[in-house]
Amino acid sequence: MSGPAADRDGEFLLEARDIVKRFGDFTANDRVTLRLRPGRIHALLGENGAGKSTLVKIIYGALQPTAGELRWHGEPVTVANPAAARRLGIGMVFQHFSLFEALSVAENIALAMPGAFDLAALGERVARVSAEYGLPLEPTALVADLSVGERQRIEIVRCLLQAPRLLIMDEPTAVLTPQEADQLFVTLRRLAADGCAVLYISHRLEEVKQLCHDATILRLGRVVADVDPEAETAASLARLMVGADVHTVSTEAHAGDGPVMLAVADLTLPANGPFGVALRSVSLDVRAGEIVAIAGVAGNGQSELFEALSGERLAPAPGAVSIAGTPCGRNGVTARRRLGAAFVPEERLGHSAVPGFVLSENVLLTRHTSDRTMVSGGFVNRPEARTVTERVNARFDVRTSRENPEASALSGGNLQKFVVGRELDRDPRVVVINQPTWGVDAGAAALIRQALVDMARAGAAVLVVSQDLDEIFEIADRIAVISRGELSEAYPARAIDRERVGLFMAGAHETSGRERPGGAPA
Amino acid sequence: MRLMLERRPEQSRTMTVGSPLIAVAITVAAAGIVFHARGLDPFHALYVYFVEPVMSVWSLEELVVKTAPLVLIGVGLAVCFRANLWNIGAEGQLTAGAITGAAIPILAPEWQSPFALPLMLLAGIAGGAAWAAVPAFLRNRFGVNEILTSLMLVYVAQYLLDWLVRGPWRDPHGYNFPESASFEGWHVLPTLGDGRVHLGAALAVVAVVVLFVFMSRTLKGFEIRVSGEAPRAGGFGGFSRPRTVWFCFALSGGLAGLAGICEAAGPIGQLQPIISPGYGFTAIIVAFLGRLNPIVVLLAGVVLGISYLGGEAAQVELGISDKTAQVFQGTLLFLILACDTLIRYRIRVGRRDDAASAQA
Repeated sequence: MSGPAADRDGEFLLEARDIVKRFGDFTANDRVTLRLRPGRIHALLGENGAGKSTLVKIIYGALQPTAGELRWHGEPVTVANPAAARRLGIGMVFQHFSLFEALSVAENIALAMPGAFDLAALGERVARVSAEYGLPLEPTALVADLSVGERQRIEIVRCLLQAPRLLIMDEPTAVLTPQEADQLFVTLRRLAADGCAVLYISHRLEEVKQLCHDATILRLGRVVADVDPEAETAASLARLMVGADVHTVSTEAHAGDGPVMLAVADLTLPANGPFGVALRSVSLDVRAGEIVAIAGVAGNGQSELFEALSGERLAPAPGAVSIAGTPCGRNGVTARRRLGAAFVPEERLGHSAVPGFVLSENVLLTRHTSDRTMVSGGFVNRPEARTVTERVNARFDVRTSRENPEASALSGGNLQKFVVGRELDRDPRVVVINQPTWGVDAGAAALIRQALVDMARAGAAVLVVSQDLDEIFEIADRIAVISRGELSEAYPARAIDRERVGLFMAGAHETSGRERPGGAPA
Repeated sequence: MRLMLERRPEQSRTMTVGSPLIAVAITVAAAGIVFHARGLDPFHALYVYFVEPVMSVWSLEELVVKTAPLVLIGVGLAVCFRANLWNIGAEGQLTAGAITGAAIPILAPEWQSPFALPLMLLAGIAGGAAWAAVPAFLRNRFGVNEILTSLMLVYVAQYLLDWLVRGPWRDPHGYNFPESASFEGWHVLPTLGDGRVHLGAALAVVAVVVLFVFMSRTLKGFEIRVSGEAPRAGGFGGFSRPRTVWFCFALSGGLAGLAGICEAAGPIGQLQPIISPGYGFTAIIVAFLGRLNPIVVLLAGVVLGISYLGGEAAQVELGISDKTAQVFQGTLLFLILACDTLIRYRIRVGRRDDAASAQA
């Protein structure tokens, strides 16, 4: 770790030294050191779960480190809470805003300001600051009428009014259009020129190269490198971010010539709410006998795509989604299950399963119509539901403290085995599963991955959406990457490496609004 | 030393049963304090209020008369509340059902036929369901909060009834009293036995049994429970939330409408400006005291029925306003909801540090 000017302590605005943060057995930050200088835009890069937000929360006082120290202007400080951070001069703009839609811009800002409530004076200050930094804002406008980009400006102005020395931006462009993002960069450069330090959290490599002076890259809770982003290529940054370990080739080669069982054709869906992601012309084929994986950083349209595939959200045209050759884009989830498809959402409690219901009722939840014997004449066949539950629990090693407990009484891994087992027990022809092993223990994860591989080898078409590259390279036959609602082509797993996947995750295949990075990476 | 609420790992089954009993006990104690404050002997007053109503055949019959509409409406609301839908306007749906049902005897008094009565009951159900369909439509189409719309429609229905009995539907031979002509023959509910208990009581018991089986054994009942407990999981199960909204409002509104026409064609025998002492609102308490379970709702209906009778008895014997009944009913609902906290939490006595170290 030989960042430039490592020895000139006095120049650092903020130093986080050897920060360690443990949650139980899990180490989110492992001796992380970060040095920020005034007037510089410093990128914090890493995949989901790399420890970026933990580190930032510690700096902003929302979490206390297990070990290590923070220095502000070279002096050791304790940042007890976000209010203390703001007093020091640290401002933060969160990815999800906290604004009252029914109030005006100035009223929203006034609510967050200490001291007397003087709307007229505040309106003037807002107008002055927003003009100074190129953040056009009308103080009397209602928040409900503003775009996401304009709402973000309110949050930024709110920070700027407190004259921060350090501004933390958490994935600011995730919700912005490319044009809004360019405008934001102008503001951030202006701020840096005035001597403010900016800590810029992102996984978009092109942006980081374009904007940032320094970059610290985290992987699995550790700093893997401090680099000068301009001297790096997007490819080398991606390699640092996702790790360069060579993946082990999956055991059996797969022919990939089965019939197409799940087809998505030019699926476009508008965003659902201000923080939703629009799907843009997504196309994909999954053949019988293969596992196709979709990689991507969380919040790039995975849940939107899942809901469009499951039928919880209908597609604009029937032909946008076909299961076993039957167009079903306008049919709901029950009709798609009847065609032989099975779905496992990401969220276990409240989406895959009803928390307060016993397991046999949760079997009924997704199998009431696809299993012909589960319901007759409108009445539930309860013994049948119990039998299926016992079979699923035995086959998928679901451990319960008593017979037929409530879903909420199961641990994450056991509940995931149950909801995966509930679907695979039907012997579906098509399986769509979102984040199959998110937050489950290693044993359960291995069992679930094995079950998915077995399913595919037995002839099912399996689509896995996952953020876990290790998992994807372990089980996938073909890999596609989703970024901002656009899906890349699906490449054979042997023909693509982590570096390429990392580049795609950073948006290299996106077509609209931005130019493509020059040439394909080596 | 301090009192703390601590989250239980699972819902307490003991407290699911215990909470309403505790609430009833505290309500009775609170009633005693209110009586004492009014200068009455609390024990005598409590006897008059809560015990005397069930001590004679006549008052037992009267209890059934009061309980029948409470249970009819309460079971419907129990289904609705299970789906996390808040139909607060059963009083209005009751009124609307009474109006549509009573249209037959008022507009066609000479049509005496065995078909007249079933048709009146069906018209009552349809009227209540239609009145409840308005909040359902507004919620599904525009996302309007159903609590406000269903409640506001209560007053619309009551003023509509008021206008009808003072205007077009007033009995021409009624000396200008604001009431319709009395119903006769096939337009009156048959009584069970020779007292005042009428067919509505039997209908209430049927509704309880049917809805108990419906909620616990059928796919549609399962759909409603899922929709209330975890709407996203309901969507994933292939159940449509708007369809559940339509169904629950039509069901609870229809049952309230049935209760309305049973009142008009039963104990009252005509339309009057006011046909219910607030059954539609009290039924909300019945549904909660009954744990939203149709069978238990039947028992809860009896408890709230006693509070109506006790209110009347206390007015006659103790000379206090029958509005005290409403005070006790309100106190009871408040306490049930408060005591329900104990289902998910337990009370602990100790210092704060104990809790912190216990969790660590």
